[in-house]
Amino acid sequence: MSAVAKPGARQSQPERRVATPSGIEVPVVVTREMAGGADPELPAAYPFTRGIFADGYRGRPWTIRQYSGFGSAEESNQRYRFLLDQGQTGLSVALDLPTQCGYDPDDPMARPEIGKVGVSLFSLSEMETLFADIDLGAISTSFTINGTAAIIYAMYLAAADKQGVPREKLTGTIQNDILKEYVARGTWIFPVRPSLRLIADSILYSNEVSPRFNAISIAGAHVRDAGCTAVEEMAYTLANGLAYVDELIRRGGDLTRFARRLSFFFYVHMDLFEEAAKFRAGRRLWAKLLRERYGVTDDKALHFRFGVVCGGSSLVAAQPYNNIVRVAIENMAAVLGGAQSIFTCAYDEAFQIPTEFSAEIALRTQQIVQHESGIAATVDPLGGSYYVEWLTDRMEQGMLEVMAEINAYGGVVKAIEDGWLQRRIAVRAKQKKDQTDRGERVVVGQNQFRREAQADSYGEVFRLDPQISARVLAKHAALKRTRDAARVARSLAALEAAAAAAADDRNLMPLLVECCHAYATVGEMVNCLKRCWGEFQEPVRL
Amino acid sequence: MSFALSPGPLAGKRILVAKPGLDGHDSGAKVIALALRDAGAEVIYTGLRKTPEFIVRVALDEDVSAVGLSILSGSHKELAREVLDGLRAAGAGDIPVFVGGTIPPEDAAGLLAAGVKGVFTNDMPLAQMIAELARALA
Repeated sequence: MSAVAKPGARQSQPERRVATPSGIEVPVVVTREMAGGADPELPAAYPFTRGIFADGYRGRPWTIRQYSGFGSAEESNQRYRFLLDQGQTGLSVALDLPTQCGYDPDDPMARPEIGKVGVSLFSLSEMETLFADIDLGAISTSFTINGTAAIIYAMYLAAADKQGVPREKLTGTIQNDILKEYVARGTWIFPVRPSLRLIADSILYSNEVSPRFNAISIAGAHVRDAGCTAVEEMAYTLANGLAYVDELIRRGGDLTRFARRLSFFFYVHMDLFEEAAKFRAGRRLWAKLLRERYGVTDDKALHFRFGVVCGGSSLVAAQPYNNIVRVAIENMAAVLGGAQSIFTCAYDEAFQIPTEFSAEIALRTQQIVQHESGIAATVDPLGGSYYVEWLTDRMEQGMLEVMAEINAYGGVVKAIEDGWLQRRIAVRAKQKKDQTDRGERVVVGQNQFRREAQADSYGEVFRLDPQISARVLAKHAALKRTRDAARVARSLAALEAAAAAAADDRNLMPLLVECCHAYATVGEMVNCLKRCWGEFQEPVRL
Repeated sequence: MSFALSPGPLAGKRILVAKPGLDGHDSGAKVIALALRDAGAEVIYTGLRKTPEFIVRVALDEDVSAVGLSILSGSHKELAREVLDGLRAAGAGDIPVFVGGTIPPEDAAGLLAAGVKGVFTNDMPLAQMIAELARALA
């Protein structure tokens, strides 16, 4: 791709190649001809390049959804009430690794990790504490949970039952995207196929009992942060999305109905226009895939709704305050791409649990973008930009090529079971690191523009209360003493019997909800299922 | 799995790259494994969610020159200590242990004091890490 030379145009270093981080070579200038014809496409019309709502953010601003949660349920409950008081509009719950991987706090695997990267939710008792004095019918809650997503969703339903909130009023999201856990992030538990069954169970059940709740958020964020490009992030995610669609159809789900509740989740890194174009291209491609391959015609079912996180591995420890600027740019890219909900990382998030100080700056960043910058005044302000329309087309093409490679290998499930996809991402991560080391990828304050004797201080450091672990263990022991042991045993036995059955057409969700009501623990429920299904054996290919 | 490749600064070294605990962020561990292999080392990568006992056993069984622990969950102090103690208890306290991940600077000093030979964070160029390892293992 080269710029169209025009008489009299200044030629600036024509030999120097400039490419987006995805490797798309960028012309010096994009002309109207290169951008394709003047497209009269409007927002809210198929294929939705310009967005899914006719009035963009004027009708509904994006949800400001900061990810937080740490330690015990009591401490997280206090942080949530603080954030809601500060004007946050949705909660996003971080869970500790034992809860995510299905271990009770007293398991030897769990002990060093209790309450570290999120809150410990070992049973309904903790969920009740987490949402004490927070009306579940009035807020939307997002849980970053995958391996144990069906269990946490069951627990949320049980908590709503306890509060007397009708299930159909519940709004929020469980991530519930296991395929990407095998590829990056790593909180898998069971083998791929029974995991898909559990996901289908939770989505189909949610469609029935909590139709406003998103029972899956198909996520590209983690593979992106692990090293792949923006084009690959979207391509892998759409491929995973289609795998879930196929599984749900196999289970007899009503495509139009469940497709309306599918949602997506991505990272936004630093290339402003590539990130915005990624979302425009992904939104268009998803609608086309559902319409052309599956014959979906319902607009709402074709809508590609997504949340994003700004920051992650694009943030660096060197001169950490620079990260505030990075996050603001990424925040704008997300808005220009049409995100429905946005989480901005605190400047110290990549290295530690954010302090209240850094968390507030991250929240204020979004409020400044939303209320001061004017970015949300009109729908898809980049629509019609020669460069962005050209880039959107190029990225869509690139996504289709990556999806074709996965298909040629035998589909995502096989690519994951064999470790093929994992290896591709590791190789990409190594390439990115090499580019950074060589200075081809500029990181201000880290590999360029460093000061001599630069002090990379984060300022205040968040320290977890060292007694957390002991308190969680004590609550866990107390629960086991005081709950109705017979009801626990009964509910777990029913779960295990249903999971062990050869046919997978019985939905396990009602049984999980009953286990939660009985105060069975996450570890107990997971162990029942492990006995039936075994555990995922990680393919290690380097 | 393991590989032996062309000579390099780490030729002849067997290095165990391990993920202790429940942390699932393995991108860094894999990048390091690939870089060590490029530098000529024979690399054994454990995969996710290994206990300190398992890591110690593999280190002994495979007679490794060094152990690298990758930890991004904030549990580096506990997990590194357990691996160090395990190696010492098995009479293999001379196997150097390195730690990589999201390690706050003030924790790095504590890890070094506890017996960790080096702490690497993700902003360190790979060439520098390889050079430090080669020096430590010379």
